[in-house]
Amino acid sequence: MDELKFYTYIAVFGTFGLYFAIAIWARAGSTSEFYAAGGGITPLQNGMAIGADWMSAASFISMAGLIAFLGYGGSVFLMGWTGGYVLLAMCLAPYMRKHGKFTVPEFVGDRFYSKTARIVTIICLIVASVTYIIGQMKGVGVAFSRFLEVEYDTGLYIGMGVVFFYAVLGGMKGITYTQIAQYVVLITAYTIPAVFISFQLTGNPIPQLGLGSTLADGSGVYLLDRLDLVVTDLGFKEYTVSKMGGTLNMFAYTLSLMIGTAGLPHVIMRFFTVPSVKAARASAGYALIFIALLYTVAPAVGAMARYNLMNTIEPSAGQNLDYEQRPQWFKDWEKTGLLEFSDKNGDGKIQYTADATTNEMVKVDRDIMVLANPSIANLPNWVIALVAAGGLAAALSTAAGLLLAISSSISHDLLKGILTPDMTEKTELLTGRIVMSVSILFAGYLGLNPPGFAAGTVALAFGLAASSIFPALMMGIFSRSMNDKGAIAGMCAGLGVTMLYVFQHKGIMFIPGTSFLGDMPADWFLGISPNAFGAVGAIVNFSVAFIVLKMTQPAPQVIRDLVDNFRSPHGEIAEAHDH
Amino acid sequence: MENKNTYWQENLRLILICLVIWFVVSFGFGILLVDVLNEFRLGGYKLGFWFAQQGSIYAFLGLIFWYSKKMNDLDKKYNVE
Repeated sequence: MDELKFYTYIAVFGTFGLYFAIAIWARAGSTSEFYAAGGGITPLQNGMAIGADWMSAASFISMAGLIAFLGYGGSVFLMGWTGGYVLLAMCLAPYMRKHGKFTVPEFVGDRFYSKTARIVTIICLIVASVTYIIGQMKGVGVAFSRFLEVEYDTGLYIGMGVVFFYAVLGGMKGITYTQIAQYVVLITAYTIPAVFISFQLTGNPIPQLGLGSTLADGSGVYLLDRLDLVVTDLGFKEYTVSKMGGTLNMFAYTLSLMIGTAGLPHVIMRFFTVPSVKAARASAGYALIFIALLYTVAPAVGAMARYNLMNTIEPSAGQNLDYEQRPQWFKDWEKTGLLEFSDKNGDGKIQYTADATTNEMVKVDRDIMVLANPSIANLPNWVIALVAAGGLAAALSTAAGLLLAISSSISHDLLKGILTPDMTEKTELLTGRIVMSVSILFAGYLGLNPPGFAAGTVALAFGLAASSIFPALMMGIFSRSMNDKGAIAGMCAGLGVTMLYVFQHKGIMFIPGTSFLGDMPADWFLGISPNAFGAVGAIVNFSVAFIVLKMTQPAPQVIRDLVDNFRSPHGEIAEAHDH
Repeated sequence: MENKNTYWQENLRLILICLVIWFVVSFGFGILLVDVLNEFRLGGYKLGFWFAQQGSIYAFLGLIFWYSKKMNDLDKKYNVE
């Protein structure tokens, strides 16, 4: 066994051992512990757990790679996936915590005094969460197969086993404490390589400052200026100004991600685990600190990885690298098929340009940027091993949070809330565990047989949350008179418009060939990409809801009193359990 | 009831202030005005680019903690803790 593999085994199985130990220590004994960790998590702990829950394989592995190739356009992910926490802290979390229930559908059902509203929310929640889980399961399988050279399937089974152990046993309590450990693992794994690389390139070890510093090669040129020059010389778009679509598309994309973040049930339900309204507000702040640690480093990782990649291939203008002298990481990634070279002009050197006819780097997968970054920068093997453990921590922690959201919405909302209300707590706890086990098997199945539409579904998850759940929650809190009919009509309209737009450009249920309008920027409504359409869906939702409200009876007095009650932290803080 | 209303009104005012700043730093400086701000620099960063990839996130953090603090004061003032 070589040194790298040895370190990787230690890092991966060492962290897994830690998660097991925590799972045994934090077993859940009641439904309250299973769904909401008994409401006894401190804001600092909760912030860390939200951080791990939120930052998925996509944040850890894909985001910096996207930024590396999109440049300024990648900012939509940075602002979109952090700005939602401002909305959560001020507009949603405190009041929903005061209301004191376990799940988002339950809140919607109570506020709009309607089982239909609750069921619509359950459906949105399950679709959004399942689409998300597929990505995490794939992330687990990929991380294992790359780093430990086991089969993708075997990697997936190991991942399922680990999640099964601590999520089913511990519920929210076990998941929360495991996520705290996973956060520490993932943030260490993300920042250490970034610090090394920032120091190598700029002499400044803090990546956020390094990105704005001059290069350490004595030229006195700023890193970003040099990067702009290098990429434009080869015909790529200028790094610091290239937009993603037009200004309107960037605006709508950012807004969709922000309100989608604020509307994703697996994030919101974390705020039910803290003891008070005050703690709910503070949790959002702590969560964003922990998230910002990664999100402010990511742009530095992206830009520096791009710079290192360009610099390796063409160390100085016109001096292209001989293919025969390509570094080891280049060969390693070629083996995976994620990096492909084709010597089009037959000169034995590598040309990497924006022009498809002369470009010889036929394939550079964006996802390899974070994973290959440490080796591109010649960092020691233990750093590379750490990145493997970090990627797994990110994927597993998010998968666990999503599984909990799914199982609570089925066992608590659908079974206990609607179908069999007389279920005892003990039965409910058992049901929750069974539903979670089934969800893990289902998620694993989807990970093994990813449906053709898997890639397009992340857009759907955010679109669903942004266009249906977020507006319903906002109207439930900020309008005392919003009624059941308005909310339901709004949710269905917002959801319908968003789904229609995504399907008409991406194909019905993402089946290729069924798209009745093309998926090219020229076909898009005002240049807004399908991924960015959730914001438009949300506007439709609000409009329809208020029009229907005007035509029907406003919410009854008892509901207005309910709203008044959760708007104020005063009075009985409902324990997040028996009700 | 009177008390509860003014508490809610003051809360709404705070939220509005925060959301205006939230909008200006991200959608304003980071997207709509990015080309104008890019004429200025913060070290090696073009200013608009910095707001889009760094500054807006720091501002979000500041906003949440400022709001939490103001709300804790408000809770005390109206005795609704």
